[in-house]
Amino acid sequence: MERTTIDLWVGVFVALGIAAIFGLALKVGNLTSSSIGETYTVTAAFENIGGLKPHAPVKSAGVLIGRVDGIVFDSKDYEAKVTIKLDKRYQFPVDTFANIYTAGLLGEQYVGLEAGGDEVVLKNGDKISHTQDAVVLEKMISQFLYNKASDNKSSETTKAAE
Amino acid sequence: MLKRLSGVLVGLGHRVTTGIWRIGAGARLLFYIWVYLIESFKRTGLIVREIFATGVLSLLIILVSAFFVGMVLGLQGYNTLQKYGSSEAIGVLVALSLVRELGPVVTALLFAGRAGTAITAEIGLMKATEQLSAMEMMAVSPVARVIAPRFWAGVISMPILAALFSMVGVLGGYFVAVPIIGVDDGAFWSQMQANVDFRDDIMNGVIKSLVFGVVCTMIALFEGYDAPPTAEGVSRATTRTVVNSSLAVLAIDFILTSFMISV
Repeated sequence: MERTTIDLWVGVFVALGIAAIFGLALKVGNLTSSSIGETYTVTAAFENIGGLKPHAPVKSAGVLIGRVDGIVFDSKDYEAKVTIKLDKRYQFPVDTFANIYTAGLLGEQYVGLEAGGDEVVLKNGDKISHTQDAVVLEKMISQFLYNKASDNKSSETTKAAE
Repeated sequence: MLKRLSGVLVGLGHRVTTGIWRIGAGARLLFYIWVYLIESFKRTGLIVREIFATGVLSLLIILVSAFFVGMVLGLQGYNTLQKYGSSEAIGVLVALSLVRELGPVVTALLFAGRAGTAITAEIGLMKATEQLSAMEMMAVSPVARVIAPRFWAGVISMPILAALFSMVGVLGGYFVAVPIIGVDDGAFWSQMQANVDFRDDIMNGVIKSLVFGVVCTMIALFEGYDAPPTAEGVSRATTRTVVNSSLAVLAIDFILTSFMISV
């Protein structure tokens, strides 16, 4: 085959390959959505983070405003210290409430921020003091069963009294 | 009895020494390819022609199988996911399995079958017809003229083919999930984009395909270069190329994955 035809085909091949990588990055991957831009870091301590993982979304009013940067165990207070990267465009008051929620019944866990009413806003390196732990399903179920059992017992005793 | 035992031991020793010798010879071949690195990239015409042979001519089989693999993933995934009421996650399932695993691995297996065998047969036949010796007689290094361009062409082609495989596979999954089954178009893409990470998933897939490109091309080149210069020798070398490449790809895939996925 002639040299120019081969060159043409190889050119088409390489261009297709580059287009595929770009397509994967933009259409399949989250290269566009993960570009949160300039961020600032805040920390929050939780007694139980459940299944929260690094890179988990941080949302406020359901809108993605940042991501969990890292999770370490604090052996001084026996708590989980979660580092959160927030978009610089969004400012939150210092008495903001950080919760760990679950998306759907079996979905991934994320951090939800509920803004407080303070005038002073969180700055880089600040700590969110108001936190609520992840719901542990086992604890909830055992509590429910325990309540149910005590209910039954009390109704039985009232019946016996009658 | 003693004679038979010693015969077994001799066989075992022979196998081990041959194996070590082949690894060493392969490593030396790879070393010489790197020695001729600058020289082979000066003559880009050779590499371009080999990219045409290994990459462009493999396009059809790669693209067609990618589309079918994507469609099968879409069907199978939907079948399972809808039991859990999360059929929108079909996009994530198709994209992650293609980008992380099936894209690089299936491309490498097809590449070994389509391009690797061609390389082995070509070089083996060149050796059988004493073309390589003739080059050496003319003070032209066969490694620089024949082996190195094919190596670089394979290494360049593999990631491109794997990326195309993943992309076309995702389109195949889309084709089954959205127009045929009726999954919501927006949920398909948005769930996929929310869960596929560029660095952790896509770049790791590209790294995998690059490694597979090196391994498959190297095995094909070595088997051809090492083939006994007979018709039977070349045919055996071609078979070994496919078998060894496939095994190597699957084994290396496990090792790479265990490094990439932090448990």
